[in-house]
Formats: sequence, structure tokens, C-alpha cells
Amino acid sequence: MKKFLPYIVSFAVVSLLTLQAQAQCKGFAKKLCKMELTGYVHDGNYHAAILTEGEEAELYKTFYSGQKYRLAICGSEILPPIEYQVIDAYKNVVFDNREHNMVGTWDFTLESSQQLKVVVKVPVSDQKSEFPDSGCVSIMFGLQEK
Amino acid sequence: MQQIFINLRFVHLIFLAGLLLMNGACKSGKNRMQKDDGLGSFLTEEDIFDDIDKAKKIFYSLPSPLETAMLLKSAGISYNEQLLNDLAGVDKYSTKKSKAMNLGIYTTDLSFASLFDQAQTSLKYMDVTKKLANDMGINDAVDEETMKRLEQNLNNRDIVMDVISETFLNTSSFLKENDQQDVAAMVLVGGWIEGLYLGTQMIGNAGIANNKLVDRIAEQKLSFSIVERMLQDNKVNQKGQENVDIIELINELHRLKMAYDQIEVQTSAVKVDQKDTLSGSVLKSQTKVKVSPEAFKELQAAVESLRNNFVQ
Repeated sequence: MKKFLPYIVSFAVVSLLTLQAQAQCKGFAKKLCKMELTGYVHDGNYHAAILTEGEEAELYKTFYSGQKYRLAICGSEILPPIEYQVIDAYKNVVFDNREHNMVGTWDFTLESSQQLKVVVKVPVSDQKSEFPDSGCVSIMFGLQEK
Repeated sequence: MQQIFINLRFVHLIFLAGLLLMNGACKSGKNRMQKDDGLGSFLTEEDIFDDIDKAKKIFYSLPSPLETAMLLKSAGISYNEQLLNDLAGVDKYSTKKSKAMNLGIYTTDLSFASLFDQAQTSLKYMDVTKKLANDMGINDAVDEETMKRLEQNLNNRDIVMDVISETFLNTSSFLKENDQQDVAAMVLVGGWIEGLYLGTQMIGNAGIANNKLVDRIAEQKLSFSIVERMLQDNKVNQKGQENVDIIELINELHRLKMAYDQIEVQTSAVKVDQKDTLSGSVLKSQTKVKVSPEAFKELQAAVESLRNNFVQ
């Protein structure tokens, strides 16, 4: 029994860490990221995940004309500023926050409805460390009646 | 000294295992690590879903019940309480699937009523969503404080919408963080179908030419492809077992798919006008919608049959 004790302890610690990380991600999205939508109503959808430096997430959504949108991308403090692009069905980059001082939000309207892809990336930090940093990344949409 | 070394190794082991598990907890069906080759170096073909395997995490985002109601209102829909799902029917939903679908349906009805400033109806629908969410084990979806905030601000549409948004966020975050992505998908699909139902019923036998609401419903073909992807992603769980509810739902949506196949929606490439910085960027493009009266009639019939089946 003693032989397995370290494994049992490891499993318990890791399970707790996982649960804690998930709860933190939920809290981060609800408390901090939602603040970026001030003036807009959050659509209520939850898109958040724990990403590690160098990793990407993609989101597919149809955006409709007659609606004002705010896209907000937020990352935990431990992560470097999050990069993101918005891409149309023809592979045109519609918005790239690296060309706009790494802003975390983007407001837009559409002349006609479009399916767009949001690509989010946690860049690799310049500071070398033994383990890459991981943290919560959240994608949120705010709506405003036009 | 040796003891310290073993302990350090043990700590490292826990740390690494923790990282792996945390990552695993967030994975969807399609997971691959991507080469760090910069954002601009991918996407070479024309379909929006190309290169989908590159990202570690894929999100499919459908219009939420709140957005659905807003889209219908901006397209000129009027309010008709007769179309909303019967409040008294809430107790008959006993399966996981029927609860999830109807939680979405009631949340769209709630959003719809609140956007038209129907204070008392909104309160009743909030009560029902709370009951259904509790039945599904989502106890923090609507707490007492939220209900009080709603009751005290029933005539303030902004606050009512904020409460609905918060409630839906609590529901979707609970489900997604408790490995119930399939249930979250069913809630979203239920809410989306209810939006189609309200819209198509409101149009009734009216002409479809130059009808903004018809165009809005036809344009939902773009979201239907996201519905399909989202459900396909949840067909099999992480243990490799088939999800009977999702497979059943995919089959039920077949007639709707056939109806949307008869409708043509073409979009041009987007050009961005970023000069107007005060109100944000304007995405300039064209979307052509081609729908015949027969195709729209079939879409109306498919939606009605589907929705009536869900609320039974």
C-alpha cells in the first residue's frame, strides 16, 4: 500500500490542480474578461480554455448585418499578450491585433452577414524558462442594438 | 541529499502530470499541437473550415438565445406571446436531451419577451429556466440574488438583458467545465431552433420578396453548418462511446438540412473600412440569398415539425 501512496497523492494533487485551473478560468472570464465588454451586452456564450505558450485556439461564428459586435480576447496575467486574427471564408485577414498595438478588443459592424474565423495564439515568451507558461484564454462577444 | 533529490523529482512529476491533465481537460475532439510558425503562415485554401486540425482547441459558436432574439428584432419581428413554449409544460421534460433542448428554447423565449419589454412574462420565463437548470444540476445558473436583481429592475431592459446574459454564461460555463459539452451543444441548438420557429411562424403566409425577416432566416444557413460541426464534434465522447442523444439530434435535423440545401447563400470576400474609428470597423461585403417560395415553405414546415417535436 505504501508503495502506491506517492501515486495516490500525485493523482489527488493533479485532480485538485485541474479543478482549480478550470474554476479559475471560469472566474477569469466572468469577472475580468467580461469587463472589456462595457457598453455592450455579453451574448452569454462561454469560450475559454487553458493554453500553453505557442498554442492556438480557433473559433467559428456567423456574424450578422444589423448588429454591432465587440470581440474581446483576454489572457491570464502570466501569459504574454495574446495575438489574434479574424479571417473570412476567402482567407483574407480582416483584422490582426499585431498591427494595432496588440489591442484586446475590436468593435465592428457588417454590411452583410458573414462566417468568420477567429484565430487566437499565445506567443512564446522571450524569457527562457524550464517550463512554458500556461494560462486561461477567453474569447467573448458583446452585442449592441444598432 | 538523496531524499531531497527524490522529493524534487516527485514534485516535477506532479507538475508535468498536472500540465498534461489540465490541457487534456480543455481538449475537444480535434486536438493537435501546432508548429510555432506564426499566424500568417497558414490558411491556403478557400473553405472557412480548412486547416481545422491545426489548433489545439476548436470552438463552434452559435448565436446565443439573446443574440437570436436580437437578430429577429432587428429584422423586424413583432411580439406574439402565443408562439412561446408553454410554461406549464416544464415538468414533462424528463430526459437529459429534452431538458437541455427546452432550456435553450425557454431561454430564447425569455430573451424575446424581455427585448419587447414584457416584464411579467420575462419573470415567468426566468422562473422556468431556473427550475429546468436546477433539474439539470446547474444550481448556480440563477441564484436568489439574480432573481432579486431581475425583480427590482423589470422595467430596465439593459439590466434585464444583462441578467439573461449572466444566467446563460453560468449555464454554459458550468456544462463545459463539467465535461458536458454535449449538453451545452443541445441547449444552444434548442435555443437556435426556437429562434427559427418564432421567425418562420411570424412570417406565416406573407410574401417572401423583399422581406428582411425571410433573409435573416435564410442566412441562418451559415449558422447551420456550425450546428453540424458542433454536433459531429460531440458524437463520440472522450472514452470513445457514441452519444445517443447527439446522434438522434443529428438525424432529427436531417429534414432541416434538406430544406437549407434548397436555399442558396453566397458571400463575397470582406473588405474592411477602418476609417470610422468611433463606431469601429465596417466589414464591407455582399451576401446573396436565393430562396424560392416553395423552398421557404418547406423550411417553415421543417422548423415547425422539429420544434413541436422538441417541446412535446
